[in-house]
Amino acid sequence: MTEVITTDRPEADQDPSPARLIVTLALAGLISGVAIVGIFEATFSTIAENKARELREAVFKVLPSVTQMQELAYLNDQLMPLPQGESAEKTIYAGYTEEAKFVGYAIPGEGPGFQDTIKLLYGYMPADRKVVGMEVLESRETPGLGDKIYKDAVFVGNFSDLPIDPVIEVVKKGRRDSDNQVDAITGATISSRAVVRIINETNEIWLDNLPAAGSEPEMPAKSDEVAHD
Amino acid sequence: MTESENRDYNEFIKGIWRDNPVFVQVLGMCPMLAVTNSAINAIAMGGATLFVLVGSSFLVAAFKKLIPKQVRISCFIIIIATFVTVADYTLLALVPGVHKELGAFIPLIVANCMILGRQEAFASKNTVRLSVMDALGMSTGFVIALFTLGAVREILGAGSLFGISLFGAAWEPWVIMILPPGGFLTLGLILLVFNWMTHRKQMFMEKVAEAQRSGS
Repeated sequence: MTEVITTDRPEADQDPSPARLIVTLALAGLISGVAIVGIFEATFSTIAENKARELREAVFKVLPSVTQMQELAYLNDQLMPLPQGESAEKTIYAGYTEEAKFVGYAIPGEGPGFQDTIKLLYGYMPADRKVVGMEVLESRETPGLGDKIYKDAVFVGNFSDLPIDPVIEVVKKGRRDSDNQVDAITGATISSRAVVRIINETNEIWLDNLPAAGSEPEMPAKSDEVAHD
Repeated sequence: MTESENRDYNEFIKGIWRDNPVFVQVLGMCPMLAVTNSAINAIAMGGATLFVLVGSSFLVAAFKKLIPKQVRISCFIIIIATFVTVADYTLLALVPGVHKELGAFIPLIVANCMILGRQEAFASKNTVRLSVMDALGMSTGFVIALFTLGAVREILGAGSLFGISLFGAAWEPWVIMILPPGGFLTLGLILLVFNWMTHRKQMFMEKVAEAQRSGS
């Protein structure tokens, strides 16, 4: 070892007083606290922006020809746009075309996967009662197998035009004989089933409560949520 | 090269080869095995570790006289944890995609025994300058080791490097290489090669010594 040990200092032989130990640790904690709060403050707005952008991109991805969106929630038993700055337990997103024409809902859902909770967002068009897109937002499925639920274009493509009645079913690859069926991924049956189960369960929560076709909340003409892709 | 430059160089270079934290000291195995399923993850984890180790070594060496030895470990951990939190938020703000992949393993840098080990074994006993050189060397060695493992596993397990496909569509990825067993397998083989090279060098040096003895 080439490490050099500095000569012992005389005061190192005496035990420092407990007060000194406490002061040292308290100071270290204080400086550390200030540093952590500083970095949190410095990065907070960027992190919030990243999250909002990711969500917006996901909504545009699962709903075709959508360029505007707004967050909706049930307030006083009515589905309405969530006022800025407020939060609700359960929210969905409504997507609109450039001309503010309603296209469909982007519904977030989550449930247990093979390893951990899978969070996803899917596009639903009430006019056709069809799922029109699915995007996994968060998952820890096995790399190379379970992660095909978002990496395998064929599996994701299953959800681009999928009738939801009576329920979505998972079948073994190649055995698909009905429109409401999804081909499972070979080697990742549990993850495939999890995705479909999440969508079915989320449908149960939301679909009966959605407003009748034609009476969807309108996109306000000038909104902070407006974004162009 | 002056003597002090020579010393700097030695402290730097030892971490890369002779005392490599992964291949020789076998420290920091948790991130080593967990996040090396792709080259980019390995580089990001290595970079975060480099930042934490260099920052901590600098502070520990600078304040070593003020820290009573009874509370030194707590102080080291506070310093390390602060740098880890800074790295965590910075990665989340700058590269959210990579941060998502690394997940829980960024906060776990706090528990990387290589970092605390360098504070206890080196930075708390040496000058700021030497400690920073030592930290730079050790973390460069760590980055090289992580990258080697990550590149091998990504090439074999996904058929790509930095996400760029290498073998075209006909290549069937060897999925087990990006799963945990692939990590152990690759690390084991690399350690085997490393030990074999060290052994060969030792044999060679013995032979040279013997030849010198019989020659004189």
